[in-house]
Amino acid sequence: MKITTEQVEYVALLGRLALTSEEKKKYSAQLDDILKYMDMLAEVPTDDVEPMAGPVKLFTPLREDKVEPSLSVEDALRNAPAVAGSSFRVPKVIE
Amino acid sequence: MDYEAVIGLEIHAQLLTDSKAFCSCTTRFGAEPNSNTCPICLGMPGVLPVLNRKALEFTVKMALACNCRINEFNRFARKNYYYPDLPKNYQISQYELPISENGFVEIETSQGKRRIGLTRIHMEEDAGKLIHDETKPVSYVDLNRTGVPLIEIVSEPDIRSPEEAGAFLRELRAVLVYLGICDGNMEEGSFRCDANVSVRPKGEQALGIKTELKNMNSFRFVERGLQFEIDRQIELLKAGERIVQETRLFDSATGTTASMRSKEYAHDYRYFPDPDLLPIRVEPALVERLRSELPELPTEKKLRFVNEFGIPAYDAGVLTASRELALYFEETVKLFPKPKMVSNWIMTELMRRLKGEEHGIDSCPISAEQLAALLRLVDEGSISGKIAKTVFDEMFDTGKDSSAIIEEKGLVQISDQGELVEIARKVLEDNPSEVEKYLEGKTKLMGFFVGQVMKVTQGKANPAMVNQILMEELKKR
Amino acid sequence: MLALYEYTAGRLAEMLRTKETSSVEITRSVLERIDAVEEKLRCYVTVSPEEAVKMAEEADRRLAAGDGKPLTGIPIAIKDNMCWKGHRTTCASKILHNFHPPYDSTVVRLLKEEGIVILGSANMDEFAMGSSTETSHWGPTRNPWNVEMIPGGSSGGSAAAVAAGEAVVTLGSDTGGSIRLPAAFCGVSGMKPTYGAVSRYGLVAYASSLDQIGPIARDARDIALLLNIICGHDPKDSTSVPRDYPNFSNSLDKPVKGMKIGLPREFFDKLEDPDVNRVMKDARQIYRSLGVSFVDLSLPHLDYALAAYYIIAPSEASSNLARYDGVKYGFRAENFDGMIDMYCRSRAEGFGAEVKRRIMLGTYALSSGYYDAYYLKAAKIRTLITNDFRKAFEECDAILCPTAPSPPFRIGEKMDDPIQMYLTDVFTIPVNMAGLPGMAIPGGFSSDGLPIGIQLVASHFEEARLVQLSSAFQKETDHHLKRPSL
Repeated sequence: MKITTEQVEYVALLGRLALTSEEKKKYSAQLDDILKYMDMLAEVPTDDVEPMAGPVKLFTPLREDKVEPSLSVEDALRNAPAVAGSSFRVPKVIE
Repeated sequence: MDYEAVIGLEIHAQLLTDSKAFCSCTTRFGAEPNSNTCPICLGMPGVLPVLNRKALEFTVKMALACNCRINEFNRFARKNYYYPDLPKNYQISQYELPISENGFVEIETSQGKRRIGLTRIHMEEDAGKLIHDETKPVSYVDLNRTGVPLIEIVSEPDIRSPEEAGAFLRELRAVLVYLGICDGNMEEGSFRCDANVSVRPKGEQALGIKTELKNMNSFRFVERGLQFEIDRQIELLKAGERIVQETRLFDSATGTTASMRSKEYAHDYRYFPDPDLLPIRVEPALVERLRSELPELPTEKKLRFVNEFGIPAYDAGVLTASRELALYFEETVKLFPKPKMVSNWIMTELMRRLKGEEHGIDSCPISAEQLAALLRLVDEGSISGKIAKTVFDEMFDTGKDSSAIIEEKGLVQISDQGELVEIARKVLEDNPSEVEKYLEGKTKLMGFFVGQVMKVTQGKANPAMVNQILMEELKKR
Repeated sequence: MLALYEYTAGRLAEMLRTKETSSVEITRSVLERIDAVEEKLRCYVTVSPEEAVKMAEEADRRLAAGDGKPLTGIPIAIKDNMCWKGHRTTCASKILHNFHPPYDSTVVRLLKEEGIVILGSANMDEFAMGSSTETSHWGPTRNPWNVEMIPGGSSGGSAAAVAAGEAVVTLGSDTGGSIRLPAAFCGVSGMKPTYGAVSRYGLVAYASSLDQIGPIARDARDIALLLNIICGHDPKDSTSVPRDYPNFSNSLDKPVKGMKIGLPREFFDKLEDPDVNRVMKDARQIYRSLGVSFVDLSLPHLDYALAAYYIIAPSEASSNLARYDGVKYGFRAENFDGMIDMYCRSRAEGFGAEVKRRIMLGTYALSSGYYDAYYLKAAKIRTLITNDFRKAFEECDAILCPTAPSPPFRIGEKMDDPIQMYLTDVFTIPVNMAGLPGMAIPGGFSSDGLPIGIQLVASHFEEARLVQLSSAFQKETDHHLKRPSL
């Protein structure tokens, strides 16, 4: 096994996905298959190879520090599932 | 057994750019929640970040001021964690390749000078704010602050006491404020500090288990929080118990720290290079330009004040604590070149009033020119030091010039020889028995005569002249 | 006599200039076609007919005023992952089922500036994750050539719409083959431009370092016309490349004689399907007859591209899709217990199975202790793949290879076998890994009458060469002229 059900549970929590026990079983098996397929990568020697984060070989452009108009509060909140006044409303975050 | 504390600090400083780090929303906070947001800082589907040039330049300035090595090639990484104040549920930060590393700052403590190493200074974006409802089980999310540029300054675990931590923080804050890149306001959260604390037996090299301290939003709270945590850890070890590696929150009401056991904090940040931003190149020419633009920093300025103006190191420290105060001092000295007298007046009278009104020097109603003019009047003997203090208070309250106040209130010193002789004679005539005792040898009564003259003149008589005249008149008897 | 909806954009643009027709007439013709066949095919997530007619009227005014641009008045459909201000943009996901962006993506802005008529948004695999357009929350799109078959994915709606006449041209996005594969499966032309040639601003991200917007159309000429509009530097996209982009239409009639085409053996070694083999052989024959020479070459790390892709793309996706949490927009679960549970349930109910699979895969590949073995390893192999292509292009002007290992497959056939589904993209993924431009054009048909595409790949920013090669091919063949009977 490349991945255990416990690992699937951990990954699902990290990714904030609620899984049923059936899903856990299904995903464990599927992810296991996929990770086994990935095993082939180990055979490629890569010690002296630079990793590639993206295809563009330039440096990040810089923006001038200029303020432009923001959205109206109405537009900012228009798509929100729950709003209170001018704020997004969420279940209480316990600290 | 004796224990010592090992402290490392992580400081977040908001940069004073006009617009946010990766979008063009203003960094000024509107009164209305979510009024300074756009699709980018709201983390809407499809948006992309573009880096603010100023944020990069400010970071390089701080790194240079803290003796860091600038990494010509560096990059942004995503720090992944879920929290409702973080709309993308990842923070654009730097990880493997930060913009600067390996710096230090020097601090003065009661044990003398110490050098505190800096692991790194890197760029990142701020999160929004959560307001928790007092009565209902809900929180409110305001994303106005989201995306404001931050620098994170990470110290080496070189700090050994809360006092040192305080000195280190004050030094960093002074540098940030000097550079004009952060307002350094701890209460409002534009300058924030978390701490990693562990203790170990003195002489031991290995590090103990550390806890992370959060929620200390003033210099005093940092020192108190650290002291409490150090004491707590030492007590645990002495009792043979183990320290749990955890995050603890400082409670300013009780002065204690408490564990934060929420599972929101089970972190595995999964850093990886942000594919929406290309690597950053900090060109050597840019570094040199920014280096040449660095102002004189607090430590250098303090040293110069001692050498150039001959004032004590402590005074120089107070005067250079803020760039504006130091400037005020120097401007006053330029107009009235008696630095010790200027320093004394600023450190006593001016600071007393500023503190009482909770003002910074930038809102001081007395200009450097006005202060210099006042001190010149004292120096010339036009008014006594005592009257000068009254005039100073009046200047502070009204913003008027010293000469105007003196004229209005008739406070000019009486230095007219004839007038003073007349007053002195009258005083001696009115107090024959004291004159007799004086002449019998009770010379201490001179003070009494002077006091009487002052009473008659409402304190305006030139004290040096009064002494001289009284002495002469008494000799005549 | 063809109906208006059957013409190419290039031809319709000529007719608009000569006043043979109007944008409103064209738009109405396409809308009527949508009414006639959409129920069978489900190419669209959202059609906005009234708005389209309004845009057409505006285009006609512009044309009458002599203010028209090359494609003013031509109806287009965009993929449902491109933000269009005020219009529902769902990424074919329940989690964005009601999302109305308050801003335009850069491509939509460019289309509006051109005066193009936007018909609506085309169906796709949820968050562009899929090869068949079966993972859409709105149900699968069907292949116009055989409605039992998948149209390819993830831009299946965009490709099927062009094939069926439900749009004249469309935009798709391609992360691992999502333009080229459906174009091939639907018998139309599709290009994924060089990474950085078209702004990604407003394209809902799947895998940021691989995603690229591109055109789908009936022929190379329409592809060139669309490239002329969408290629260009955008200061809102930090990965957008500033350079002079040519007028791609200038390459349509350039002869290909003397060009060298590379045939990487790793592409052909794997080819088992006799129909695909035949189509590839025919394609070589046609190019040879045009004076093109061939060079055999090797891309030694090609075999690892698929595995590396299925680490990198899900890793980026796991982070890109973290924002769908039921706080700021989109779906929020009805019942939950506290903040974390609200996240977990909203995401569990809002995302489909394939998206969840990839989020978990990517989260795993980035997680503490696995990063080096998975993400970092894959990022290094990406360098090797890119280097392989760079060396190959020292020996040839373009690469010719299949688009997919087989013709379109049946709906449902690979839904429960992720790896078999992933293998559909085995020939398209390497191109995204290296950020190269790739184009699929109709190359023939299977014995069952299903379209088969050939793929052309060029070096970075050599899109014009792909236009040149595909245009030359289409002058010699009529596969691109065939239409499905619906």
